[in-house]
Amino acid sequence: MTTTVLGIRHHGPGSARAVRAALAVLDPDVILIEGPPEADDLVRHVTALTPPVAVLAHAVDEPGRVAFWPYADFSPEWQALTYAATAGRPAHFIDLPAAVTLAGGDERPPAKEQALVADPLGWLSQAAGHDDPERWWEDVVEHRLGGEPLELFAAIGEAMTELRSAAAADGWVLDERDRQREAAMRRGIRAAIKAGHLRIAVVCGAWHVPALTELPSAKADADVLRGLATARTRATWVPWTSERLTLASGYGAGVAAPGWYAHLWRAPDRVAERWVVRAAGLLRSADVSVSTAAALEAVRLAEATAAVRGRSLPGLSELTDAVQAVLCFGDATPLRLITGKLTVGEELGEVPADVPIVPLQADFEALCRRLRLRPSAADKDIELDLRGETDRGRSALLHRLRLLGVPWGTVVAARGEGTFKEGWHLRWEPEFIVALIERARYGTTVQAAATSVVAERAARAEQLPDITRLVEAVVLADLADALPAVTTALEQRSARTGDVQQLMLALLPLARVLRYGDVRQTSADMVRGVVDSLLIRVCAGLPASSASLDDDAAADMLGAIESAENAIAIVGTPDQRVAWRAAQHAVCDRASAPGLVTGRCVRLLLDAAVLEPEEAQRRLARALSARDETAYAVRWLEGFLRGSGLLLLRDQVLWQLLDDWLCGLHGEAFEEVLPLLRRSFAEFAWPERRQMGELVRASRRGFRSSSAGAAVDWDLDRVRQILPVLAAALGGSGAEVAGG
Amino acid sequence: MSAPVQPEAADAPPPAAAVLRPHAEQEYAAELDALQAEDDRARPPSWNLSPWAVVTYALGGTLRDGTTITPKYIGARRLVEVAVATLATDRALLLLGPPGTAKTWLSEHLAAAISGDSTLLVQGTAGTAEDAVRYGWNYARLIAEGPSPAALVPSPVMTAMRDGKVVRIEELTRMPAEVQDALITVLSEKTLPVAELGTEIQAVAGFTLIATANDRDRGVNEMSSALKRRFNTVVLPLPETSEAEVEIVSRRVAELGRALQLPAEPPALAEVRRVVQVFRELRSGVTSDGRTTLKVPTGTLSTAEAISVLTNGMALAAHFGDGQLRAPDVAAGLVGTVIKDPEHDGVAWNEYLEAVVREREDWRDLYRACRDLSVAAG
Repeated sequence: MTTTVLGIRHHGPGSARAVRAALAVLDPDVILIEGPPEADDLVRHVTALTPPVAVLAHAVDEPGRVAFWPYADFSPEWQALTYAATAGRPAHFIDLPAAVTLAGGDERPPAKEQALVADPLGWLSQAAGHDDPERWWEDVVEHRLGGEPLELFAAIGEAMTELRSAAAADGWVLDERDRQREAAMRRGIRAAIKAGHLRIAVVCGAWHVPALTELPSAKADADVLRGLATARTRATWVPWTSERLTLASGYGAGVAAPGWYAHLWRAPDRVAERWVVRAAGLLRSADVSVSTAAALEAVRLAEATAAVRGRSLPGLSELTDAVQAVLCFGDATPLRLITGKLTVGEELGEVPADVPIVPLQADFEALCRRLRLRPSAADKDIELDLRGETDRGRSALLHRLRLLGVPWGTVVAARGEGTFKEGWHLRWEPEFIVALIERARYGTTVQAAATSVVAERAARAEQLPDITRLVEAVVLADLADALPAVTTALEQRSARTGDVQQLMLALLPLARVLRYGDVRQTSADMVRGVVDSLLIRVCAGLPASSASLDDDAAADMLGAIESAENAIAIVGTPDQRVAWRAAQHAVCDRASAPGLVTGRCVRLLLDAAVLEPEEAQRRLARALSARDETAYAVRWLEGFLRGSGLLLLRDQVLWQLLDDWLCGLHGEAFEEVLPLLRRSFAEFAWPERRQMGELVRASRRGFRSSSAGAAVDWDLDRVRQILPVLAAALGGSGAEVAGG
Repeated sequence: MSAPVQPEAADAPPPAAAVLRPHAEQEYAAELDALQAEDDRARPPSWNLSPWAVVTYALGGTLRDGTTITPKYIGARRLVEVAVATLATDRALLLLGPPGTAKTWLSEHLAAAISGDSTLLVQGTAGTAEDAVRYGWNYARLIAEGPSPAALVPSPVMTAMRDGKVVRIEELTRMPAEVQDALITVLSEKTLPVAELGTEIQAVAGFTLIATANDRDRGVNEMSSALKRRFNTVVLPLPETSEAEVEIVSRRVAELGRALQLPAEPPALAEVRRVVQVFRELRSGVTSDGRTTLKVPTGTLSTAEAISVLTNGMALAAHFGDGQLRAPDVAAGLVGTVIKDPEHDGVAWNEYLEAVVREREDWRDLYRACRDLSVAAG
């Protein structure tokens, strides 16, 4: 019976190569892997999976409590698993059960010590002055130790024994959790021996090698493991992404550059050359011209830089420096363009449908049961009353699912009156379940997953309106936890945009959230902060951005100003109102502002009693006085009178000004103005229009009544003359009318 | 013991023929000698030092024999390493960056360390002629004797090629584009033909070229991509930490104040810190607490400009104020430096003033001073 412990670097392609070679030599009849034993049943799915994937363990009673063990194809554990699957050997996970880790609070040792314990090989390479542990491995471990993989692992074991005793002399002690883990792993090894296996291979983090090579009495380990609290736990495979490999989870530290590791794993030779060629290809597709000669120089520079740094092989940092200096002309911007694709990678794992369901799916099904909504392929229309708790829950669920890319329901117009009604059209498609499983990496509950999706979209959104829409989606889906991410993104984008209109349009949804939304105090403070900063930017930028707009742009600006006006009416503080009025005032004073906007601002200022009526009259007179620019005057009027004509009826001076102007227009100009004026006046309410008509008629007849429209001087004789005709037309009795 | 204090000048009288500014290889001759004595690593052909020793010379360190090498460049180690590696691969090096980021300083020290000679220098200006990068003629001789090697006046570039040394080109992008392009043959063929004599100068191993250029200033002649491709480019950034910048600024301001013989006291550290903070925040587009994102004005807002805002302020305080640097003295220079493009920068500055400066309790004086200015202007 032999037990061989293969000490690896988690996610290290060098380790993965060595593990594969060692397993081929060892031909073990069982493979034991550092990982949660709950995942033992999942080993049979390995051949059907496409990495990156992760083992996900979650507490059954508390779906939010989860742990992940991610694997890429360059992970040594993954290579061990695929070896076992293809060679038909059993593989077992022997770490401490996830049931234990999920039950207890997980305290982590201080950072410095953890770096050594979590990645001792990386630590060794740092100590040797190499910032790329995998290149160090290739150079020092693989090149010097040659092709004998078992010797290599024996050397690692010795190095770790040295390192552990040196650390112990330095005051390091195995922490409680690691003691339990190592005891559990030894228990796993003993079980394999007991089961009669003859050639046992153990794949574990290098740090643990010394603890697993010697097996102390089983009783001591049993004592360590006795009485540990456990949580009911379930495990499954979930698809993973390159990007998420960079996060710390499961084994501790994430991989900073999964794309680089994948390259190291897959490139058969000439690693640096192939890397630079790939970078060049990506830069070309991003429209940066890169010649082959430049690629050659980049490789030379990377090698020379490695030499200056005393390293025999260029690592990721040397290659990145060289690509920047040669291919990007020193500019870091194109480099960032390719970092995501090249250094991190954009791979997405796949998990077939027959793997046990993921917690997100379980949560979804539980929600459906609780809210009595059954997924069905048939079309169905429902109407929700948002005053009821169940219906509110349903609405939130459907909105959240839409955010998750599961458009089960579509909002349709509700039949009844009232804002508390929401109509939905439901139709379930089979592929929705696949979408749901794919979203499993976002979270274990529908709410948590939707929250992270919103956060991701907020971080990626380029345009301000996209984020504004997200704000509304967040409110509809009742995702208060997502508000911080969205407001932060909003704050950042708003600084970058020069588009004051977008800023103004962003205000209203936020104001509604603040005023009517059901948000927690912390979120409310954040939203308040964003509203404040948006308002400062709006007030600073409004005058400049109102200049030199064409008709369409002016109409858009007008809409934005009114939207902001509404927002400020809802949430503006006195200071903010003053600043807003000052900005509007500045707009009015700008000669280059379009008439529509200027007129509107004068009106808003007049309504807010910032401008005296006399001042408004003066400004109207000035606007109308531009005789050869009747279009400007009409636009000005349109903005000024927009919505209500009552003002004209009340203020005789304004009325007179307008009247004089209109009468003074010569024929051609009048014809030009007429359709535009008609459009403005068509917006007024019918009684207003009638009163205006009467006012006009009265003034044309040479006298004015004191109260408009009240006293009309009927010529009774002439009225009587048409009465019989009217009576005939109406079919009534003429005598009656005539008599009355 | 109370021995009479000697005036300092009597202790160390300046050497009679002291030059105003010695070359790097003169000033740091001792360090270079010590490095050379200790350096046992491989040296590229005609280099005075190994690449490792050049990096140590630039970034500072302590040698085995105890000699301290002072840091010449304070900044990221990797930039210097890439720069030295570039020169070791016989490629030309382009140091790019905003004004005031020690490009010239670094190029001088690299040349001094590699060739022991930082004087092979071409200063790029709008009036730089092709002669300056190729060769010229001694016209008296040319007319008297006709074209001959004796009548040829080599440029620094030609000299460096002949001797296998480092030649420096300052402000490459200020040269007219056609003069810049004269370098293409030199860099790719490593030869400089002299058509009049039917000969050429072929570069000797060790020849290399360091150019500096400014990527922010207006009015530069963009490099042709043919030329750009022949360089490895290293971008030197602005000082990384606020403390480093405060250090640079306050030291320079004190020096300049002395040189200009301003009666005002050197500004308090707090005022320096505040100006540096304003510059850094506007430059980076985010407040120092990382909470608020800001619009970035179009101007450079270099460290050098921060220095000039403070020296201007000192001059104002000295001649029109009470000799103490106060917020109003700083404000005028500050606003003028930030607002270069009235429309865009004006918005950026107003946002900054209202959203950031106003909110800071102890910046009230600065807010009021800036506010007064913009009211007076608007």
